[in-house]
Amino acid sequence: MMNASLKQKLVVVGNGMAGARFVEEMVGLGGQERYDITVIGEESCGNYNRILLSGVLSGSHDSDDIFINPLNWYAENDVTLHAGVRAIGVDRKGKMAYGSGGLLLPYDKLVIATGSSAFVPPMDGLYEEDGDFKNGAFVFRTLDDCASIIEHAEGARKAAVIGGGLLGLEAARGLMNRGLEVDVIHLMGWLMDTQLDSLSGQLLQQSLEELGVRFHLEKLTTAVLGNGHVTGLQFKDGGTLDCDMVVISAGIRPNVDLARMAGLHVRRGILVNDGLTCRNDQDIYAIGECAEHRSQVYGLVAPLWEQARVLAERLTGRNADSAYAGSRVSTKLKVMGVELAVAGDKDPLDEDDEVVTYVEPNRNVYKKVIVREGKVKGAILLGDGLTMPRILQAFDRGESLPENRSELLFPLAADAGPVLNVEDMPDDAQVCNCNGVTKGKIIAAVDGGCRSLKTVCDATRAGTGCGSCKMQVQAVLELAADGLVADDPSAHYYVPGIPLTKPELVGAVKAMELKSVSQVFAQLAGGAEDAGSKQGLASLLRTIWGAEYEDERDARFINDRVHANIQNDGTFSVVPRIYGGVTTPEQLRRIADAAEKYEAKMVKITGGQRIDLLGIPKEHLPEVWQEVGMPSGHAYTKAFRTCKTCVGTEFCRFGVGDSTGLGVQIEKRFQGIESPHKMKLAVSGCPRNCAESTTKDVGATAIEGGRWEVYIGGAAGSRVRKGDVLCVTDSHDETVLMMGRFMQYYREHARYLERTYDFVERLGIEHLRQILVEDSEGICARLDRDMQDAVAAYRDPWLEAADPVHPNQFINTPTEPAEPVAALR
Amino acid sequence: MVLVAKAQEVFAVPDLPTGATHNLGGVDRIPLGEGRRFDVDGKAIAVFRSRTGLVYATQAECPHRAGPLADGLIGGDVLVCPLHNFRFSLATGEPLGNDCTSLRTYPVSVNEAGEIIVETAP
Repeated sequence: MMNASLKQKLVVVGNGMAGARFVEEMVGLGGQERYDITVIGEESCGNYNRILLSGVLSGSHDSDDIFINPLNWYAENDVTLHAGVRAIGVDRKGKMAYGSGGLLLPYDKLVIATGSSAFVPPMDGLYEEDGDFKNGAFVFRTLDDCASIIEHAEGARKAAVIGGGLLGLEAARGLMNRGLEVDVIHLMGWLMDTQLDSLSGQLLQQSLEELGVRFHLEKLTTAVLGNGHVTGLQFKDGGTLDCDMVVISAGIRPNVDLARMAGLHVRRGILVNDGLTCRNDQDIYAIGECAEHRSQVYGLVAPLWEQARVLAERLTGRNADSAYAGSRVSTKLKVMGVELAVAGDKDPLDEDDEVVTYVEPNRNVYKKVIVREGKVKGAILLGDGLTMPRILQAFDRGESLPENRSELLFPLAADAGPVLNVEDMPDDAQVCNCNGVTKGKIIAAVDGGCRSLKTVCDATRAGTGCGSCKMQVQAVLELAADGLVADDPSAHYYVPGIPLTKPELVGAVKAMELKSVSQVFAQLAGGAEDAGSKQGLASLLRTIWGAEYEDERDARFINDRVHANIQNDGTFSVVPRIYGGVTTPEQLRRIADAAEKYEAKMVKITGGQRIDLLGIPKEHLPEVWQEVGMPSGHAYTKAFRTCKTCVGTEFCRFGVGDSTGLGVQIEKRFQGIESPHKMKLAVSGCPRNCAESTTKDVGATAIEGGRWEVYIGGAAGSRVRKGDVLCVTDSHDETVLMMGRFMQYYREHARYLERTYDFVERLGIEHLRQILVEDSEGICARLDRDMQDAVAAYRDPWLEAADPVHPNQFINTPTEPAEPVAALR
Repeated sequence: MVLVAKAQEVFAVPDLPTGATHNLGGVDRIPLGEGRRFDVDGKAIAVFRSRTGLVYATQAECPHRAGPLADGLIGGDVLVCPLHNFRFSLATGEPLGNDCTSLRTYPVSVNEAGEIIVETAP
């Protein structure tokens, strides 16, 4: 920790959505250890949520409710705030920022977050002699603007809004709610023309007209009429419109005057690189609506927040190499109650782009997705909330799409069940059925400051069981957060405690030759151990290093320390391996003897065609294993579990393939192979599919002609998904080879705890076939070799019964009695 | 091996009789980074030995469903219960991100002979 006097001075210009968020991130990451933080804000209040101004205008929010950080927050967090002070200059040579009223702020690092202001197009009669707007004319940008509009609206009957963009429509809604007649004047041919194409713009207009708003398109306003106060508008085409007030909402312009005067490079916004550093001054940074990064100036909250996070990580040294690579911009909004989501490109860029559309004019429903190279590059979704989350997620994450695009545009039959609209759910409705978390509890967490899916889940435990409710948790989060939802960067990390994605982490581990979990924490997390990251790291290191992996047993979950599955009473279950579900009377006798001798509390046939002895205390595990004399079934770990089989040609009248023979061969080969999540397999001897191969992580089904269909990515758990056919093979050996190749690829490329069905969906079956069947990347031989090495390295963990890694490996309570010590004082 | 351990003296209960101090034997009875359960004076106590050289002691069973805390994963001073992944601070016993009641903690240290010394207040 640095001495106070050695701290650097960090000055932040701008206390809006970006500036204040950045300061919050700095505080959260311990930035005060390095910096004294000072903020200048032009508005005289604390920091508020600008997105909610439309809520204040429409009356759904009180202006007091939209503050994020009131003035005392700054004091409580040792941040100096100069509110109501305008930054008027920066002396880069002398490293000094100047504020109105004679304020001098020396800085070591300066962050410019001046945001943007309303663009006012030239119109006659808008200004009075004194330079103010004519009485009754407003822009809609700040809390003060909002208050003035509300005050004037009380005595007004007819309002005009210039601008049919998002903000203009929000203003129109607000004024409608206040009982005014509203006309919207828009220069372009359809509403929200920067986000929508013409058809969706027209459908949106139709929806809004049904609510009573009048629209005037392709109209240029040339003058504001009225003597002393607004009485109407004059248009270029000669027409006029009577109104008592006008709100100008014709777009925003980045506030770059300060930067320009300081000699910083400015185009549309202040030019910054991936470090958010100004091009020609390494100690000045710009974030938010005033910044231009890779030719983009962003006006939505999500990119601002990403920038704030990246810059805070850099400046605090938490991740000094953190870089901002630009944002995929998607937004979900409600325009006067009409649900709308837009993302990325609104039109195809060239003829190779695929455009998938569905239009239902009767209900004003419109869905359009732009697909490029198998991924969503743009979307417009109007009037249909149900499919929005999935499409936006595919866009945000760059996921590959199902071949059948209609699966994207319409809810899958399996998912279409009781999908509730979260808005209509009562607060006591249960969202997470594993942990019993209600909508109300999630809302409370959001109100308490959680702004990302991960923080909400951590705080409430929602979505931490089977995970199938995460979409709904996200929906409640969005509902409760009033648009202020953050994408938690750690959602992209391989494990939460190391700020790296899987490819980055693998790269670092290989380059630095990190062979144990503690080495990874020491080198890549500043020595900070994270319990929740240990298992994922252990799994990854084992896959990377194989026999060279330095196995630290404390990085394992208890199941993997004692090779058994912990039960709710603290005892364990023992599942010996029964290859392909085929056993013998002799094995059954030994299992029965062990069950009796060690008083198993229950003997259970498992779904994976094995036998489970439940209720075995930890201390007895080694003896039970030795008694049954069979290898571990790995029913406790993230690894190859079982290969379920049906009887097949050996006995079945209908069998066309030797499913038991193949199943035994598969299980003998892949037993104990570790992977990002468990792998359950099955082999069926004919298309009747009695072993349910089509809903397994990996499965094979015999078809007539001595061939096998190999399925991957099936599921019959918290989700149900039919697997995709990877290939059709001609022999047992080829089937085993292809299965192994897929499993090795999954081991290398899946995220930790990502089941095969999510993995296959994320990458797309076509892509996987290219790699694993067509060998498009030339890695098949290498994958086969690496899987062979993993198979060769297999050792039955139950052999530790005779050779424990620590004398107390299986000891719950070290037995010697604790000795009382003579009184020490 | 010289073991440097910082005592958790801050949590010692002041002004109480000290007859309840126990030697649990060598710290290497607990594998590095793991925990074990000890029965002390009729109390079940989970003792943890972190990789940073610290030792911690808490009640042995979780307040939620009596999970065996000594079987939990630890990282830094965070303990994760093996049954439902509830998290607790090992230093203070406080629940982290859940509504469980706090764990009882016990002052524990490693003496110069490398033995675990735990105090159970009467």
